[in-house]
Amino acid sequence: MDASETRARFARLGLVLIRRFPSHLDYRQGSVDMTHGGGGRAMAQLIGELFVKYLDNELLRQSNDFAAFSLAGGRVVISTDCHVVSPIVFPGGDIGSLAVHGTVNDVSMSGARPLYLSAGFILEEGLPLRVLERVVASMARASRNADVPVIAGDTKVVERGKGDGIFITTTGIGVVPEGVHISGNRARPGDQVLVSGTLGDHGVAIMSSRENLEFHTTIESDSACLHGLVAEMVAAAPGIHCLRDPTRGGLATTLNELALQSGVGIVLWEDQIPIRPAVSAACELLGLDPLYVANEGKLVCICPAEDSDRLLAVMRSHPQGKEAAIVGRVVDEEQGLVWMETRFGGSRVVDWLAGEQLPRIC
Amino acid sequence: MRYIDEFRQQGLAKPLARAIHKEADPRRDYYLMEFCGGHTHAIFRYGIQDLLPGNVHFVHGPGCPVCVLPVGRIDDAIHLVETQDVILCSYGDMLRVPASKRRSLLKVKAAGGDVRMVYSTQDALRIARDNPGRQVVFFAIGFETTTPPTAVAIRQAQAEQLENFSVFCNHVLTPPAIQSILNTTDECDGEKVAIDGFLGPSHVSAVIGSQPYEFFAEKFRKPIVIAGFEPLDVMQSTLMLIRQLNDGRSMVENEYTRVVTREGNSKAKALVAEVMELRDTFEWRGLGQVPYSALRIKPTYEAFDAERRYEIRGSVVGDAKGCECPSILRGLKRPTDCKLFGSVCTPENPVGSCMVSSEGVCAAYWSYGRLRNESTLRSAGARLD
Repeated sequence: MDASETRARFARLGLVLIRRFPSHLDYRQGSVDMTHGGGGRAMAQLIGELFVKYLDNELLRQSNDFAAFSLAGGRVVISTDCHVVSPIVFPGGDIGSLAVHGTVNDVSMSGARPLYLSAGFILEEGLPLRVLERVVASMARASRNADVPVIAGDTKVVERGKGDGIFITTTGIGVVPEGVHISGNRARPGDQVLVSGTLGDHGVAIMSSRENLEFHTTIESDSACLHGLVAEMVAAAPGIHCLRDPTRGGLATTLNELALQSGVGIVLWEDQIPIRPAVSAACELLGLDPLYVANEGKLVCICPAEDSDRLLAVMRSHPQGKEAAIVGRVVDEEQGLVWMETRFGGSRVVDWLAGEQLPRIC
Repeated sequence: MRYIDEFRQQGLAKPLARAIHKEADPRRDYYLMEFCGGHTHAIFRYGIQDLLPGNVHFVHGPGCPVCVLPVGRIDDAIHLVETQDVILCSYGDMLRVPASKRRSLLKVKAAGGDVRMVYSTQDALRIARDNPGRQVVFFAIGFETTTPPTAVAIRQAQAEQLENFSVFCNHVLTPPAIQSILNTTDECDGEKVAIDGFLGPSHVSAVIGSQPYEFFAEKFRKPIVIAGFEPLDVMQSTLMLIRQLNDGRSMVENEYTRVVTREGNSKAKALVAEVMELRDTFEWRGLGQVPYSALRIKPTYEAFDAERRYEIRGSVVGDAKGCECPSILRGLKRPTDCKLFGSVCTPENPVGSCMVSSEGVCAAYWSYGRLRNESTLRSAGARLD
């Protein structure tokens, strides 16, 4: 039965076939309400006119409660990351792009090529639809640029006051090339520690736009996908021992994690650590240590010493690693201690972050 | 960073370190108290101790504002949030300080109390303007450095007739605290505080000048060098103290001349004098009651005095059992002498106030120094010389 037959049959029954949704989503005035998560027509419209429209791809269009696909051989990696950043929009990005970058990066840190993402949205009643549209559009852009489609998703709405606008959880899946065994427990004495660029940009950008702390800075978040950089690094040096993106807690916390996991010590050279002057100045002003400030587009790499110069050259020739540097080395020290030779000529322990430096930055 | 990096240069630190090694008399020890938490932080953060000879010791003083505030005052603040419908504003570090029953303002906030972290008194004023139907109380703490901004806020509130703003004033004064430490040097349960000289406060002195310390130098025969917070300032001031001690001199010298004058900031002092007056006595954590050591809001500004508005009586509460903060703040003990240090009391779960602020001596010990083991560092190839 084609569409015209259907219409004729409905007409015989005295029914007029109307469009599924009488009017489009009102992005100018509209806001999220409880019906958008209620499982009914409003939710279907939100999914169709917003999520599927922007994030469109073959698997998502099938509109199943799942996405089915085949994977080529190799070890499969999965990673999930919740995003609750406040404010939702910040210099250099927003929660949508961050939700793509964060999870793509987590998958990449295994050396894997990220393939697909799924996304869960928790929306607070009252969130303006134009904000949601902006976030989803930005997510779509980031996903397209990364060539990692969002193929499944879910949306829930919570009552006003029970969320903070929007929370996004993304899960990513990828496949690790043969011969690559990257893990946080593989750092060995003698290895070198590299970072892919300047530290603390994301955290400072977020701080500069927080409601009670507005200050003017030209610093933008470094939020970016790193899988392109990782692919080139892994191709150049398949023997990389550890990769990790120093997000919350910054470089200091990431190195403490790796040192503990691997049962080694790490010595940092303060004068080799790349930090933008504006980030240093903002941290100085706010009494923060840039080593503990979050990043969203940087990675830490620990590799055998013989690979380090080659890796550094590869990193520096990639747009995401132009300011890469060798910042320290792994030593034999079983307590998992990280310390730093200060620019001043002394040394000090670089400890885990205690408490939190800032509320919700990723 | 201009005007900052210049004072962190290794190239200048090395000759200073050599001079200190050369001039420090190997037949004696030098016990130098850095009064301020800012100095403590710099000493640990830059690893200054590594550059000094073994007989030059830093004794860490009580100059960390959240560390010296007694538990009772925090209990008062918590009581205020819980019994009155107020928005309580304070600086970030203050929120984590443990009060009695291991509560803190942060925990009260989690339980639904309206406690907000602010970066300046101006933020607190803005909250008051934005919430005309609510009472906003600024929990004011700190030494002479943070007092002028509180005075400014009170004057502004009066000018704007901001009737929903008040201040719970806990501002304290540095000179009486130094005097209290010096007075107790020969007593204290037979324990002697061995302090040969002081690295004097830097930011505090920018306000009050170097003149107030002259009395101590003369009466107690202790040299005082006003020192900036950058690592080269600390090293230069250490050398100046060693020279005074070697010469048998005890005077006030000013290393931090780029900021501090003998008279200080007369405008700031006048502002504070207009809005606040001396309390007869005030309790300090670690020092007990110290006469004339704190400020309260003058009767002419009583409309903005939370203590009067809410009839805050002032709870008196002992420190947590086993906590050595009092002795540590007086320089009698080191953090590692405390049984709780690192076991029960850590920055994640502080028992005593010295573990809370990054300027607190226990926190500095824990974060930067607890695992210091020179042989480990040396065997790993660290440059310690």
